[in-house]
Amino acid sequence: MSDILNTVPGMPSADSLERSEVKPENHRSEFDVEINGTVGKPFVDNAKMSSRNCNVFYGDKQAIFDVDLDIGNNEILAMIGPSGCGKSTYLRVLNRMNDTIPICRVEGEHTLDGEDIYGKKTDPVLLRARVGMVFQKPNPFPKSIYDNVAYGARLHGLASNRSELDDLVEASLIKAGLFKEVKDDLQKPGTGLSGGQQQRLCIARAIAVDPEVILMDEPTSALDPIATATIEELMDELKSKYTIAIVTHSMQQAARVSQRTAYFHLGKLVEVNETDKVFTNPEHQLTENYITGRFG
Amino acid sequence: MEIGQHISQRYNEELEQIRNKVLQMGGLVESQTKKAIKALLDHDQDLAKDVATSDQSVNQMEVDIDEECTRVIARRQPTASDLRLVIAVVKVITDLERIGDEAEKIARYSKKLAKNPNVVDTHSELSHMSQLVLSILHDSLDAFARLDAEGAVEILGRDEKINKELDKLSRLLLTYMMEDPRHIKNALRVSWCARSLERIGDHAQNICEYVIYLVKGKDVRHTSLEHIRSKYFPHDIDVSES
Repeated sequence: MSDILNTVPGMPSADSLERSEVKPENHRSEFDVEINGTVGKPFVDNAKMSSRNCNVFYGDKQAIFDVDLDIGNNEILAMIGPSGCGKSTYLRVLNRMNDTIPICRVEGEHTLDGEDIYGKKTDPVLLRARVGMVFQKPNPFPKSIYDNVAYGARLHGLASNRSELDDLVEASLIKAGLFKEVKDDLQKPGTGLSGGQQQRLCIARAIAVDPEVILMDEPTSALDPIATATIEELMDELKSKYTIAIVTHSMQQAARVSQRTAYFHLGKLVEVNETDKVFTNPEHQLTENYITGRFG
Repeated sequence: MEIGQHISQRYNEELEQIRNKVLQMGGLVESQTKKAIKALLDHDQDLAKDVATSDQSVNQMEVDIDEECTRVIARRQPTASDLRLVIAVVKVITDLERIGDEAEKIARYSKKLAKNPNVVDTHSELSHMSQLVLSILHDSLDAFARLDAEGAVEILGRDEKINKELDKLSRLLLTYMMEDPRHIKNALRVSWCARSLERIGDHAQNICEYVIYLVKGKDVRHTSLEHIRSKYFPHDIDVSES
């Protein structure tokens, strides 16, 4: 196990207990490096979603500071950063999931196709149909596989009769790469599937309501490498139709799947750049420290 | 460029070890080159033999370092400056190994030249050129050890001098050959040695380019020196002009 941990840069060393307590003299704490705004290219021409002056508070505590960021149409944007850096919070801003937390307050302008998603006219339920979400832990409803996928479509009245609904469920399962494995078991409970299958079921459920943006919060952190590869492959296919924002703790995953990468640190957006650039020659020292697994 | 500490102590040690091995290999290659040049200039047959047979250890080091780089890539998936370090090392050692080969060639020719010295007298020209090449080799290894991109760029500018020296020497050798056809054999040997010296300079320059890549993250191969200076080191120009 320790070998596996040690092969992943950024993971704490498995033998940290044996490590000498003395820190090297040139150790630089994360507080030494000042974050003055975002470096790189946070803005794109063909923005699907964008945020300006995003500030998020949990009660008195500020979780996100002045984030300006665009997510381009049909691109996969990866958000990386240490725990508590605000990346998941930011992701939840994008489909108003933070509305469900009473003490949470979101400031700034957030738009989807130029429309204010926090505007008075915006219905959060409809917004979440356009901006779907997949969570870290697969969370299928305790219903059949069929009903899991059909749930959103029924809620939003996307199918007018049974055969249309059948087609929709089948198409969604095919897109999620799950249909072949479950086509004879559609009436069996979704909770009986393996973890990777459950996660793909959740993706099928998310895409069944035909969203425009899919938000993924560490979608593969509970899955084995093969299921992970399947889902990454799926993301690559999905990006031709959808815009995807993914929060991940696996830097290799960010490097593999995304076109742009955003690095968050202590609630601030430090750097956004093309993924190639971030992983070969990042602009900001903090990004460099984080992705090479150095003291933050 | 500063290289901080990884969270994983062992990862640190692995990268540090690779760097140290490259420096060790560089030291070995540098001393090989020095010896070969000494053998050439002093007509020292024993020393020449010594260099010609000790190329083996340089080759072995190249294989070892390559293997270690492969292991680090497989196990650590290095990124950013770590990735550039590993890539630069893989390239640097290729050039170091070639420098070793050239030193070996010089040693082999000087063994033959030592048998009948002073037929073709190019001692002062060869000695001058050797000094230039040795200083470039030494400084480029130094730039690699200190991750000094500014130093590396300065070295890139010195290549022209070596080329001029090679031209001068070639003209001199031609006159010898025209004077007396019996000189041709040895004159050609001297010419090949000079050619090897020039190649060593080129390889040392490649090392400097990798140092710039490692530090600045910019690939400057096949780019003119003026372009490199103006694009990546604008500060230097300001200083030298003011």
